[in-house]
Amino acid sequence: MLRAVGVSEVDELFADVPAGARLESALDLPSGMGEIELTTHLRALASRNVAATSIVSFAGAGCYDHHIPSVVDHVLRRPEFFTAYTPYQPEVSQGTLQAIFEYQTGICELTGMDVSNASMYDGATALAEASFMAARVTKRHKVVVSGAIHPGWLTVLRTYAAAGVIEPVIIEPVQGLTPIEAVTAAVADAAAVVVASPNFTGSIEDLAGPGAAAHDAGALYVVASNPILLGVMEPPASFGADIVVGEGQSLGNAMSLGGPGLGFFACRQQFVRQMPGRLVGRTVDVDGNDAYVLTLATREQHIRREKATSNICSNHALNALAAGAYLAAVGVEGLSGIARSCVAKAHYLREELLKTERFSAPWDALFGYEFALRFDGDVDSMRRELFERGYLAGVDAGELDARYDGLVLFAVTEKRTRAQIDAFVAEVSSL
Amino acid sequence: MTEKLAHTPAGAPVRGPRALIYDLGAPESSCVLAPDLDVPAVQLDAVLGGTARVTAPRLPHVTELEIMRHYSHLADMNFGVDSGLYPLGSCTMKYNPRINEDACRLEGFAGLHPLQPADTIQGALELMHGLQDALAQVSGLPGVSLQPAAGAHGELTALMVFRAAHTGAGDPRRKVVIPDSAHGTNPASVSMCGYETVTIPSGEDGMVDLDALRDALDTDVAAFMLTNPNTVGLFDSQILEITRTVHDVGAYAYCDGANMNAILGKTRPGDMGFDALHINLHKTFSTPHGGGGPGSGPVCVTEGLARYLPAPVVRRGIEGEPAYVPHTPEASIGAVRSFWGNFGVLVRAYAYVRALGGEGLTEVAEQAVLSANYLKERLKGAFDLPFDRVCMHEFVLSGASLRREYGVRTLDVAKRLLDYGFHPPTVYFPLIVEEALMIEPTETEPLDALDAFADALIAIAGEAATSPDMLHDAPYTTPVRRLDEARAARDPVLRWRPRE
Repeated sequence: MLRAVGVSEVDELFADVPAGARLESALDLPSGMGEIELTTHLRALASRNVAATSIVSFAGAGCYDHHIPSVVDHVLRRPEFFTAYTPYQPEVSQGTLQAIFEYQTGICELTGMDVSNASMYDGATALAEASFMAARVTKRHKVVVSGAIHPGWLTVLRTYAAAGVIEPVIIEPVQGLTPIEAVTAAVADAAAVVVASPNFTGSIEDLAGPGAAAHDAGALYVVASNPILLGVMEPPASFGADIVVGEGQSLGNAMSLGGPGLGFFACRQQFVRQMPGRLVGRTVDVDGNDAYVLTLATREQHIRREKATSNICSNHALNALAAGAYLAAVGVEGLSGIARSCVAKAHYLREELLKTERFSAPWDALFGYEFALRFDGDVDSMRRELFERGYLAGVDAGELDARYDGLVLFAVTEKRTRAQIDAFVAEVSSL
Repeated sequence: MTEKLAHTPAGAPVRGPRALIYDLGAPESSCVLAPDLDVPAVQLDAVLGGTARVTAPRLPHVTELEIMRHYSHLADMNFGVDSGLYPLGSCTMKYNPRINEDACRLEGFAGLHPLQPADTIQGALELMHGLQDALAQVSGLPGVSLQPAAGAHGELTALMVFRAAHTGAGDPRRKVVIPDSAHGTNPASVSMCGYETVTIPSGEDGMVDLDALRDALDTDVAAFMLTNPNTVGLFDSQILEITRTVHDVGAYAYCDGANMNAILGKTRPGDMGFDALHINLHKTFSTPHGGGGPGSGPVCVTEGLARYLPAPVVRRGIEGEPAYVPHTPEASIGAVRSFWGNFGVLVRAYAYVRALGGEGLTEVAEQAVLSANYLKERLKGAFDLPFDRVCMHEFVLSGASLRREYGVRTLDVAKRLLDYGFHPPTVYFPLIVEEALMIEPTETEPLDALDAFADALIAIAGEAATSPDMLHDAPYTTPVRRLDEARAARDPVLRWRPRE
């Protein structure tokens, strides 16, 4: 090859690198490992973690330990899916494209919206993108945001907002819920009203009130949802949502320390040309066959550059594939059954924990399968002690936001059994 | 018709269109149901109030067998790196080592909850710390955030860091300068970060026009964004002068790291004078593209900018702390996504770094550059070569002559390549080259694959002269043929609906 190229050694090919920029020494990295050594090393690293899935976990707060049907990973392991690039050549990408089209359908069915994009990085960035989109649609900047949404999502929103394109106004929650009077008072000239239900502490918000307030003021209504609960909860479209976003990890994706999951993003038809992200549409090929293709690309950065609806140029296609396969695996009966199971088990755990009298209820709000309780001692040492006994005792909400100091957030998925819950409650009683 | 049959790709017979999963199965079919309830049932109306669902969503109703058959069919209609050579310029479609896939599925990684106490995830933190160190080493930039989820996300993060640094110094700025050869994500990130884009023309050789750069720079410029090696596959040898010029007005120099594969162990963006860089782990560090994601776009910055990085980063613990702990830099911009980043992707990239080591990574760059130059030499007679000189890991051909002489466009050449069993190169990018074909073979393709690809492109150039009409209608052997893309955009159908 060197001869064909006309050089005698490979370094001649790097002659354009000026002397002052050349790396004269070798990279200061450990030597390479063979497969046996590497396997041993990676397993050793993995074994220095205690996986939440290997103990009894009640942790949620945006990342949930739902069961992943075996079939999902077997779909993901097909290399034609995971070793492919973005489907820019539709003739040889029908697999990815059709799977995304089916995913978009599932998200529309869950949320009640007209259109879904092909997915985004995660729930937090989907929420930030929704706020930017609302600003574009309304040509306004102010975004009225429920302070009861996930503190991590609020941080992301504030980080994106520092550029000055949007200005969040945070509505302080009262008794774990978003006060409608405060929303109404802040909504004039707003681009959007943003509410999550369930919110960070698991409480179910009144979705109709903020939606009406938003629309009265000419703002868009953005709702963040939990996709599992949408199996049993009325879709946000019924409450006037214009954009629905959320974290889709629960749909067949491993927790994996919080990433990669996926952000879902759906909206009303009238706003489709203002949407960020990729969209797959149906068309026909020259032979008249149904076929799928990335469409409405004139919104996107590779064509519109600085005028694009977002800088985003990828989706979480493989995670969306998992979500699509998950929805196919559980179907409507499975999804509603899983949601019912989670809700029933969460309500059972909460009742049992209150009986121990170590926990008290900070408020009395409706909730799905996640709830907050106040602990009567030091949260950190309680969680450490219970961890030693094989339990991940929820999430220390105060660690995420001082507003929640002393509160522990518990999530209960369908994987938990009554026996596990009872044993956990017994451990709490013995503390 | 003979051409049609001559180049059916080897392997399974081509599988044509497939019904949507929503139209399959019997109404009563299902695959995975919820476990039997072992706690008291709840009345949804009671616990959910007025928010209980009235009308059930319509979801697929299929058995596990039907799911596997469906997705197997879909997979058969897809082309991945495992299917054949995938020379997409600027995308670095290298082989995705399988040990990486095994590693990220280990329960000790895949089963971690992001809010577990730090002392229960020491292996994960050690892995991320090791990856931070490795990226700092190959970039020459010591501050690393693994949080950004993709390259464009990394760009946006770096611009946010620049904004925070300028604003923090009482010197807020409004403009970002980019060359016209830049990826579209660059100006789009600029807009999202609230800056105004100033585009400067590239020189005739695709390099930065230093005079144009100097004209565009003033004390209202926050940054200059550059891809180096650039988007025509050339290393800009004026790089030290470029970054110096940018720094002279107090602006930051940003390196789009899309083309990092060319320079591993040979030169480092930090040593070129860049202040920040994003690295696409799904390009240079072998993590799969996944059909469009998930990727990962870590950002590397100078020591001075590290204090602005998003949180958390991983640092070594000090006295009384675990060995590795999460850390919030003192002037952190906040967070650009939830939690730690795309950890599952980070595991794969870390495995790659440890498999290759420093020497192996350097060989990657050498082989990638050699393979690109080899292909360029083989193809330069059949296509126009706008920049006839040594290239880095990719090069750009032009189909301008084919279009002028035979009316065959680059799009036709790309579609015809599908019939020969190859994925086409990146086409019509960069914008500064007419009828561009941007070819990046990567280091993992063996010589006979490179030769077969070159033979195919040369044959197609021949077909352009003899049977241009046949090329206009290519491909012939793919699961579906050319699509009516205008119809898709004119009358968007973006979801399944039940049959009337």
